[in-house]
Amino acid sequence: MIQELTAFTPQVAASGVTQILWLIPAVPMVAAGVIALLKQPKKKLSAALAIGSLGFSLLIALAAFAHVVAGWAAEHAVRETVNFTWLQFGTSTVDLGWVLDPLSAVMLVMVTFVGLLIFIYSTGYMAHDENFTRFFCFLSLFAGAMLGVVIANSLLLLFMCWELVGLTSYLLIGFWYQKPSAAAAAKKAFLTTRVGDIFFLLGIVWLFAQTGTLLFYNNGAGSMEPAALSGLMTAPAALGLSAAAAIGLLLFAGAAGKSGQLPLHVWLPDAMEGPTPVSALIHAATMVAAGVYLIARVYPLMQAGQGTSLSVVTWVGAATAVFAALIAVAQNDIKRILAYSTVSQLGYMMAGLGLGGVAVGMFHLITHAFFKALLFMGAGSVIHGAHEEQDVRKMGGMRKEMPVTFATYAIGMLALSGFPIVFSGFWSKDGILEAAKDAHFSKGPFWLLVFGAVLTAFYMTRQVSYVFFGKWRGHGHAHESPKVMTTPLAILAFFAITLGVIGTPAWPWFRSFLEGHAAAVEFGKFGESEFLVLLLTSTVIVFVGLGLGWLLYGNKSPEAEERDVLEKAVPPVWTALSNRLYVDEFYGATFIAFYKWWAKVADWLDRWIWGGIVAEVIGSFKLLSRFSRFFDNQFVNGGFDKGCEELYSGGGILSHIQNGRVQTYLRILAVFVVVLAVILLWSSRP
Amino acid sequence: MPSNPGDVILFVILSALTVAGGLAAVLLRNVVHCALALTGAFIGLALLFLRLDAQFAGFAQILVYVGAVAILVVFAILLTRSSETPATGVFSKTWLAGLVVAAAVFAVLAWAVLQSEPALPHAPGEPQVSVMQIGNALMGQYVLPLEIVAVLLTAAMIGAVIVAMHEKKETAK
Amino acid sequence: MSPLSGYLLVAALVFAIGLAGALTRRNAILVLIGIELMLNAANLNLIAFWRYGPHPEALTGLMFAVFSIAIAAAEAAVGLGLVISIYRHLKTTDLDEINRMKG
Repeated sequence: MIQELTAFTPQVAASGVTQILWLIPAVPMVAAGVIALLKQPKKKLSAALAIGSLGFSLLIALAAFAHVVAGWAAEHAVRETVNFTWLQFGTSTVDLGWVLDPLSAVMLVMVTFVGLLIFIYSTGYMAHDENFTRFFCFLSLFAGAMLGVVIANSLLLLFMCWELVGLTSYLLIGFWYQKPSAAAAAKKAFLTTRVGDIFFLLGIVWLFAQTGTLLFYNNGAGSMEPAALSGLMTAPAALGLSAAAAIGLLLFAGAAGKSGQLPLHVWLPDAMEGPTPVSALIHAATMVAAGVYLIARVYPLMQAGQGTSLSVVTWVGAATAVFAALIAVAQNDIKRILAYSTVSQLGYMMAGLGLGGVAVGMFHLITHAFFKALLFMGAGSVIHGAHEEQDVRKMGGMRKEMPVTFATYAIGMLALSGFPIVFSGFWSKDGILEAAKDAHFSKGPFWLLVFGAVLTAFYMTRQVSYVFFGKWRGHGHAHESPKVMTTPLAILAFFAITLGVIGTPAWPWFRSFLEGHAAAVEFGKFGESEFLVLLLTSTVIVFVGLGLGWLLYGNKSPEAEERDVLEKAVPPVWTALSNRLYVDEFYGATFIAFYKWWAKVADWLDRWIWGGIVAEVIGSFKLLSRFSRFFDNQFVNGGFDKGCEELYSGGGILSHIQNGRVQTYLRILAVFVVVLAVILLWSSRP
Repeated sequence: MPSNPGDVILFVILSALTVAGGLAAVLLRNVVHCALALTGAFIGLALLFLRLDAQFAGFAQILVYVGAVAILVVFAILLTRSSETPATGVFSKTWLAGLVVAAAVFAVLAWAVLQSEPALPHAPGEPQVSVMQIGNALMGQYVLPLEIVAVLLTAAMIGAVIVAMHEKKETAK
Repeated sequence: MSPLSGYLLVAALVFAIGLAGALTRRNAILVLIGIELMLNAANLNLIAFWRYGPHPEALTGLMFAVFSIAIAAAEAAVGLGLVISIYRHLKTTDLDEINRMKG
């Protein structure tokens, strides 16, 4: 397992393009800052800044990609890092840095390219929104943060950008914050991913404690390099797991939150409250892919978990894939169907990582990014054309009025379903199924994934039938979207088809690129019987799903109030599915209820116990002060006043001596003469 | 030297006269009677001086006190209409305090005298003092006090005149 | 009791009597009378001590007494003048009522 790394040359000094790699996330972030400072809504300027910065990042990403490809072609697989010390305490340090290798290069190009297309699309979609400038500020910040996640060489830097991505996701989901549902959805997204992030942070801390470094690659001293990994494998954790396995599971928990795996998937469908470009960019192509990317990045660590961590990843992924696909069948909101589809596909990616390695999972991630972004933007176009209507039952027959949208959407849908040969989705999904078939530990994931594939084709057909076929059931008149929205759709559709080329088994360029060795064109692969069987199986699956969907929903055009066909057939199943299998209700009854109860307890404690103590202290102080005042009044003042009165009266009494009468003075004189005489006589006695 | 009984009796008689005069001077209601009693006391004292062989002092006493001071007192009584018996009592409201003080003073003095009995000098002989000696002393050793007393008397005289006369001038306005 | 102490006692008695009069009588003139008695008693004291003292031929006591008499006369004159003057102002010689020195 660890032999993969030996294909990479020991790190050479970073090349020029790696030195400036930090610009890729930095420029969009700076653009976000500048846009934030713009005083009045300057639509053209903010859009220009955002698109310009991301275009600049795209150029550098392409240059980096070219550099890596050149290195691959010359048999020197590139892995260059630039590290620097951030904190130093005592003898240990905390380092940050960035890395340029095939994985990050591929991801960079994908993120910047898809991001740029979505930015351009947004200028059309959000043209009438009054908060246009704020939108582009957040989008730019998000792009910078996501790119930071991609190039990070340090788990700490990755985590920082990860959190920033979460923040911008919150800001963008709750973009129309006046809508209570949007604000609630943003909060839900943040909190749910937070749960995953806690485990993520635990994993980071444990890794740092165990290996002393958070850098991935550091000339042999990084945590993903053999020395550290062997140490982790031998260090014990709990429940018979090694430290490597435990840390791997913790990191996967973080990835599960971000990528919407079971049971932390609940935020993704609600995140559709955000504008459609947000859904396209963040919740289809990039942010949710960050979790998959993380697992790909720390894959050596996952492998070092000796099967435990990877099998957990696989099972969770497979379960998510089927779970979400089932729910997607019974949804009526166009974006929600796509959201659950995303969750399902993310499950596929995780399963692919677990079963077949980095290349399998990442290939599906790349193809999915393109066709899911395409589907979301197409949905946005549809919503735009149907005058902000999102319920598929109120659409229909739109292929006549929106031909371009229909064509591109159909391409995306077929890619997602995995229509054979022509579309990229077929090859990426096939790669996963192949890996699943070869899995040693269980055949369970394979059958789950097959069932999921059938469902995927089925619900996508349902959706497309509802939206584009049949009669128009909406109000008003549908119309095609402007060029600025349809052009990106066309570009993405092109890639949805052609990207499949780099991942076919005949020429596994993608895998060899990622793994750092040369790829050979092998048409002979098609001759293997096992391989052909699998190919046929995939094809059959897809056609079964498409056929079922067309059969049930085909050209029929049910009214909005009519119950769905399946609903009539199996009402209880349908109800359960359309209620999203009651996961949210379960959480509400357990965790949230507990949390509310605990908040009440804390409030009671605070009010009565701590508040009571404070009140008691205050009361005792008041008592003390009252006593002191009493004491002061009675004794001090009283005593003082009394003393003064006595003095006064004493003076009054003494003043009688001064009565102005001579005889009195004389008497006093005589008295004191007597006293003096007595004293003198007494003292002079012998 | 043991005094003969005649001396003692004479001393007692003269002392009694003096003391009686004094008492009368202090206790009588009519002020004029008091002045008269005072004169008697003066005479008694003068005789006591004579007994003590201080003839000059005795005669000076008579000349000055009886001849001048007593007359002055009478004049003062006249000028202040004190000869009329006052309606209110002649003794002060707080006469007891004064009496006690005086008694205390006498007690101290008597006690001092009696206590120092053994230390008192006993000169035997009579001094032979002639007037010439006195004159010589006055002009010789005591000439300064003499002159000062002369000045004092002048000042007193002028002062008394002024004090009395001023008032006359003011009341005349 | 020696003759000297006899004279001294008499002098003390006369002095006390004079003091009592000066302190208790209302009339201002009687205060002066008391003062004269006191002075006289002092003179007697002096003469007695001169007579029975060690050096009578020095005439010290005698001179003292003579000067005392002279001064007493002067004082009596001024004093009585003052009493007259007070009488003119306040129309009374009652010492209980003369309290202008009060305060």
